[in-house]
Amino acid sequence: MMEKAFILNEDDIDRVLRRISHEILEKNKGSENLVFVGLHKRGVYLANRIVKNIESFEGVKIKAGKLDISFYRDDIGHNIKPDIQITDIPFDIKDKNVILVDDVLFTGRTVRAALDAIIDFGRPRSIQLVVLVDRGHRELPIRADYVGKNLPTALDEFVGVKLKEVDGIDSVVVLEKKRKRNAE
Amino acid sequence: MLSKKSIIDIDSLTVEEVNQILERTDSFLEVSKRDVKKVPALRGKTIVNLFFEPSTRTKASFEIAAKRLSADIINFSASTSSLKKGESIFDTLKTILAMSVDLIIVRHNCSGTVKLISEIADIPVINAGDGKYQHPTQALLDLYTIKKRFNNFKGLKAAVVGDIINSRVARSDIELFKKMGIDITVVAPSMLLPDNMDYYAAEVKNCIDDVIEDADIIYMLRMQFERQDRKIYPSVKEYNKFLSLNAGRLKKMKQGSIVMHPGPVNRGIEISEEVMNASGELAGKLEIENQVTNGVAVRMALLYLILS
Repeated sequence: MMEKAFILNEDDIDRVLRRISHEILEKNKGSENLVFVGLHKRGVYLANRIVKNIESFEGVKIKAGKLDISFYRDDIGHNIKPDIQITDIPFDIKDKNVILVDDVLFTGRTVRAALDAIIDFGRPRSIQLVVLVDRGHRELPIRADYVGKNLPTALDEFVGVKLKEVDGIDSVVVLEKKRKRNAE
Repeated sequence: MLSKKSIIDIDSLTVEEVNQILERTDSFLEVSKRDVKKVPALRGKTIVNLFFEPSTRTKASFEIAAKRLSADIINFSASTSSLKKGESIFDTLKTILAMSVDLIIVRHNCSGTVKLISEIADIPVINAGDGKYQHPTQALLDLYTIKKRFNNFKGLKAAVVGDIINSRVARSDIELFKKMGIDITVVAPSMLLPDNMDYYAAEVKNCIDDVIEDADIIYMLRMQFERQDRKIYPSVKEYNKFLSLNAGRLKKMKQGSIVMHPGPVNRGIEISEEVMNASGELAGKLEIENQVTNGVAVRMALLYLILS
């Protein structure tokens, strides 16, 4: 895999998340009834950062949970390695505005699974979606409410998101498969 | 690794596979704590519970596990099926296989039958206990229960107490515990020990008092009266003297140690009435109900890993 383009660095990501934090507060007219659910694994860290921002802007405490959607996937049996993380939503989501956070929005299938999973926990007032990068190529009628960066990509490209909490560095890059050399 | 695999005995599970199951189980334990205890992971899969021998907890545990994963589960039991009309096991099996099921869970009173069935069936088979041979999912849930309490296995001392000769739980547990690095002592008089005790290479003691102060885990086996064609133990009084866990012995157990039992407990034989009704700190040593709770989660993990 080769790096094709560098998209966001640490400062960019920080600015994007602060902007999204303000947008969430603006759209929901404050932080009342807001709860956050991050999708494993990098969505969890992004959700925590947005929560920290909102807590410092508003001087309030915001609840955040984490969600693993393995049990709700539509591709079980298609040789996907079942790497399951712990789901932990230690609060009632009934009548709350649930802000779902993921790193990259691509086909929309992960978000579809996440919506099903969240609804099994109760009936929220609304579910809103935050993504750091929207790379297009949706296969389902799903869109994000808050987008860090719209990034048109080709299908054979990959979007690599790295976050300090797991990768030691904050960055978003576009990667491309190495072209195979013609056999000589 | 476990995809499409049959689970017949402990011997055919690798340490990696065991760790894979244990690591996944936490997530399934969480599902059982939700208000809506159901996820769609195995939607559209059909599982058959084929029980040739009575069972309440293992059968219910598998059934709840399958249902919480949204699989469809059908119960066949020997007493209510055409086996009673004289159909052979293999014809029953052929009938079930012809209905396009995805997995069969089998319990049988003859050792080795489940292995035989797994060789005929072209789908995964899980052994839910066969005769005196093996009960691998019991061993896995016991190991998971130990992991939750101690976090690791190396250097732990477990004493397995009672009816070793008739117990498939003993066979599976001893093998699995040893595989994972737990040190095993077997506590039983010679008439409750199999001839091939050397196979387990475990230390043997004759009285529970020899291990009670030192063991991290006291694993009490159920007296298998239904598997004893003749009375092999002289009296309950003698059993109580050498092998039972009573309040006095429970108090001698060291800090942090635990008591396990695969259930159902013969009250007054393996474990005294007083211990079963204990409260407070002493009751904290009893893991028997946790074993049942963990059993559902371990079986969910297993079904998920095999069928996904």
